[in-house]
Amino acid sequence: MRKAVQSHATEFALIAVIAVISLFLSFATDRFFTLGNAFDLLNTSSVNIIFAVGLLVVLIAGGIDISFAVAASVVQYVAALMLGWIGGGGWISGLLIAGALGVLLGAINAFLILKFRIISIVATIATFNIYFGLLMFFTRGVSIYNLPDWLTSRVILFEHEMADGSWIEITLPVLVMLICVVATWVFITRTTTGRQLYAFGDNPEGARRFGINIGAMQFIAFGWLGLMAGIGGLIQAHYAQEVVPNALYGRELDVLAAVVLGGARLGGGKGSVLGCVLGVLLISITQNGLNLAGVSPYAFKMIVGAIILAAITLSNTSIEKLLPFMRHEEGRK
Amino acid sequence: MTGRESAKSGQKPLLSLRNINMTFGGVRALKDVSFDVLPGEVHCLAGENGSGKSTLIKIITGVYRPQDGAVIEFDSQTYSHMSPVTAQNSGIQVIWQDLALFPEMTVAENIAFQTLLGRWPRFVNYNAMREKAVKALARLGVTLDVDRPLKDYAIAQRQIVAIARALVGEAKLVFMDEPTASLTQSETDHLLDIVRTLSASGVAVVFVSHRLAEVLEISSRLTVLRDGALVGAYSTDGMTQSRITELMTGKTFDQTVRASDVGASPVVLEVEELSLPGQFEDISLTVRRGETLGITGLLGAGRTELALSLFGMLKPRSGSIKLEGKPVHFSSNRDAIAAGIAYLSEDRLSLGLIQPQSIADNLVIASLDKITVSGLLSDTRKRDLVAQWIADLGVKIGLQTDAISTLSGGNQQRIAIAKWLATDPRLLILDAPTVDVGARAGIFDIVAKLAETGLAIILISDEVPEVYFNADRVLHMAKGRIVNQFLPADCSLAEIEAAVYA
Amino acid sequence: MTTILNRIKVALGPDMAGPGFALIAVLVIFSLASPQFFSWATFGSVAFQLPELGLLTLAMLLPVLTGGLNLAITFTANLAGLTVAWVLQQNGGADAGPFAFLLGSVLGVGVGALSGVVMGLVIAYTRAHPILVSLSMMIFLRGLGEFLTRGGDVSGFPAFLQPLGHGSILGFPVPLLVFIGCVLIWHLLLTRMKLGFNTYMIGSNIEAARYSGVNTRKVLVLVYTLSGAMCAIAGIIMLARFNSVRVGHGESYLLITVLACFLGGVNPFGGFGRVIPVAVALVVLQLLSSGLNILGANQHLATAVWGILLITVMILRFAAGHFQSLKRKKG
Repeated sequence: MRKAVQSHATEFALIAVIAVISLFLSFATDRFFTLGNAFDLLNTSSVNIIFAVGLLVVLIAGGIDISFAVAASVVQYVAALMLGWIGGGGWISGLLIAGALGVLLGAINAFLILKFRIISIVATIATFNIYFGLLMFFTRGVSIYNLPDWLTSRVILFEHEMADGSWIEITLPVLVMLICVVATWVFITRTTTGRQLYAFGDNPEGARRFGINIGAMQFIAFGWLGLMAGIGGLIQAHYAQEVVPNALYGRELDVLAAVVLGGARLGGGKGSVLGCVLGVLLISITQNGLNLAGVSPYAFKMIVGAIILAAITLSNTSIEKLLPFMRHEEGRK
Repeated sequence: MTGRESAKSGQKPLLSLRNINMTFGGVRALKDVSFDVLPGEVHCLAGENGSGKSTLIKIITGVYRPQDGAVIEFDSQTYSHMSPVTAQNSGIQVIWQDLALFPEMTVAENIAFQTLLGRWPRFVNYNAMREKAVKALARLGVTLDVDRPLKDYAIAQRQIVAIARALVGEAKLVFMDEPTASLTQSETDHLLDIVRTLSASGVAVVFVSHRLAEVLEISSRLTVLRDGALVGAYSTDGMTQSRITELMTGKTFDQTVRASDVGASPVVLEVEELSLPGQFEDISLTVRRGETLGITGLLGAGRTELALSLFGMLKPRSGSIKLEGKPVHFSSNRDAIAAGIAYLSEDRLSLGLIQPQSIADNLVIASLDKITVSGLLSDTRKRDLVAQWIADLGVKIGLQTDAISTLSGGNQQRIAIAKWLATDPRLLILDAPTVDVGARAGIFDIVAKLAETGLAIILISDEVPEVYFNADRVLHMAKGRIVNQFLPADCSLAEIEAAVYA
Repeated sequence: MTTILNRIKVALGPDMAGPGFALIAVLVIFSLASPQFFSWATFGSVAFQLPELGLLTLAMLLPVLTGGLNLAITFTANLAGLTVAWVLQQNGGADAGPFAFLLGSVLGVGVGALSGVVMGLVIAYTRAHPILVSLSMMIFLRGLGEFLTRGGDVSGFPAFLQPLGHGSILGFPVPLLVFIGCVLIWHLLLTRMKLGFNTYMIGSNIEAARYSGVNTRKVLVLVYTLSGAMCAIAGIIMLARFNSVRVGHGESYLLITVLACFLGGVNPFGGFGRVIPVAVALVVLQLLSSGLNILGANQHLATAVWGILLITVMILRFAAGHFQSLKRKKG
């Protein structure tokens, strides 16, 4: 147990914080600690979690991507138009189109980074402006409301009325989110390519000397994020039942904050799917709880920002200082 | 130049290189080099920094591709160039100087790293990796928790992980690039034992080290490179350290003890019973004007920590430091610099100098007050100050605004010394100041001249000859304490070496 | 010919090549494309629009030079603007006197500096990544600002603020003069002051700078403090330009300021970059957007073109480096 706590310090810290906040909120509000609310939370967090696990892969490989959220907007819009051309389509064709478009936009980033040695933050800030500027220019900021019926109608996979009259629901976004989370987990922890990504992010020069294909690593990492951005974009359109070109603008930094809160490191080689999901959930739980507790919605973000700032400050003053038993005796002598 | 002394046994070489040429941006890094390694031997590749050793290793392991015409024969196969994958698959393994390990990954993953390679994704078999790792570690007689991330382990254990990784790959030939550079003596001894074990089990080891004593102790043959060209291959029977130095540099060095008596000069630094538990204990010493005090001892003896305490970067727990009779307390190295203490870091590349920045800026960084006129930095003053020091220390540079990384190691070290001299120090602490054998003499000429001007100098080195020939007095530190004092004028080099390496 | 070129290159500095080239290209292309481009109207609109983005870019520049980023700049500017607005309202709103404005400005700059001090302290003492620290500060300040204003506008300012946003002195727009003044201060800071010198050194290697006696923590705290104070100046100019304060004003500038720094030749890893090329890069960006405006395109297309311009300059830099190493190989 102690070993598990040591090697997953961030995840355990997050679970502890979530537990404390939940406990507090369950006393402060009567609605928070219900299954119905828990499933609501999952439904509303799905899109962010899909984005987050995608971004995690890029961070592990030592890169950063600012453009994925506006890329998701581009995918939404183009996919909606393409679905119109092919006469409506369905979930399978929709996901295929959105995924392929996302991978394509991610591959553009990888191409710039690899071919012209532009570092990822510069390249993706440029593509962020290009994707968003062109999207707004060509759409003139006009939203699409007449989406195919299959896309806008809620798909409830499981529902059950609780004794207290509240409903628990598992909707399609949750299922897609779970698939993305599991797929990412299998990919980065259970396949050789995933481990190569970790190695590449941890020590690029070492990875190169072992003959790991650097170019392939960039395309895989940014392609995976592109795939997740595409899927997330489509799911967001489904959830919102409309396509608004600037709906996801600004989401990139919120997701980045959540992923890093979950223990991923800017610079590569570190981060876990569990931590990443917990990072997103911590933020949603706090917002949801504050909402139920009747705190002004304008105060949410302030409190969330303060929590992230405190978390980052504390995690860098090292958990070891706060919890001395976690220190490794055999470390440096 | 001595010709090739071919292997007497007449054995067929395991590795044989011919016509190796390599050019980087117009500079010829390797000129027509040949190199042979026999099966199961311990072979040393010697040469100064920049002589082409690392480039040669990178060609053999497929990281670089040599120019056309190269012939690489390994294990009866002929190649025109290698790739990392072919090299590993045919049994060539390298333990890089920087180890090329992955600190965030587990020990097992690091050791069985090869099983993670390959173009197409496969599922990872963690149990098989663990087994391989444990087996490889057992061959080295070591047990580590293979599920821990590597970053939890200290440098000596990481070194062992790197060796274990080489063994997993069914190595026939293992390169070790400066494997002892950051090890303590007992760790080094253990490593040399491992090298002998490997050699006895039929694995050829090519050892790259600048520590000549080790080279002579461990290897049976020696290949020397100088300026990218082959000097020759030799048997280590009857070879001496000074002969190897001669081959590496092409110069003969004639060293004499410089020790002089400064017993009458006023005391600059007086340290009494200084302690920092875990690092050093009960240190008392004095340094006089114009005196060079040598401090030697093995890695981990607490030498650098003592120096950092004198320089205000570590806080001693107890004891006192007096500078020209007055007690001083430093809360940071800025206080120490203001009081007249300068410290030349042992790590020139990452702590001593700011590599991407210009020569001029590196030189003035610690003495900005001198180039400040009414609150603003003056470019003219800066240029003049830099020009003066460059002339004084005989540094060869292009433009003052060139990045310091464009200079050779020896010239960089001169700039680093000038940076500290520009602060008008009373005491200069030199922590392992030599860069390579050829530049050593030049640096110590400067140090001797500085001592003549009355500067008090503390010279720290783990190479006993360095302090023996350049200091007036030598203190021997072991396990954080001063255990002995030697006067080079009154004793032999062998006496001190015997005491230090005992 | 080559020697003259070389001499110009040395005088301007190598980081001037990218923005200089872009400036010439933009001037040539647009004056060919539209006869109206070379007019006072164009330059007038550039001169009035440049300062907001420009001041925020100056605020971004210092942290980037230390190898960091300050993602909180836009909301720091908003909060500083709110502070001024609040002081003005407490003193009679539209009837407030110049003294109230002065007091508000001092407090506003103080608020901006305070956000910088907090970030600087966290970054200097915990070594947390500046992107994360400033990102969480951004989220916090955005929340705080929205909480205080309930998402609405604050307006109703005295008439004497009008010239600060829209007036001219000797034909030069006042905001532009403020911006030029700030550029000169930053230039002086970075080329002639110890803090500037140490900023570059820290950006290249903070540990080596510390070993050389640089007070690295003090430098980091000061850099973020100055960055915050510069945001406040931007916030005050924005208040005067819009005659209102709303949290979210100028939000879209955030990543553009980073883009402008990189376009101006600032090293993304820190340690290198000068103020003047960055100022030229800003002029290029504004000319582009004004030029496209004249041709009938909107700001969104200009945003896309800014991104394309950044990539073009990075590719040209890559190609130039590649070409030079090829030349060295042959020679």
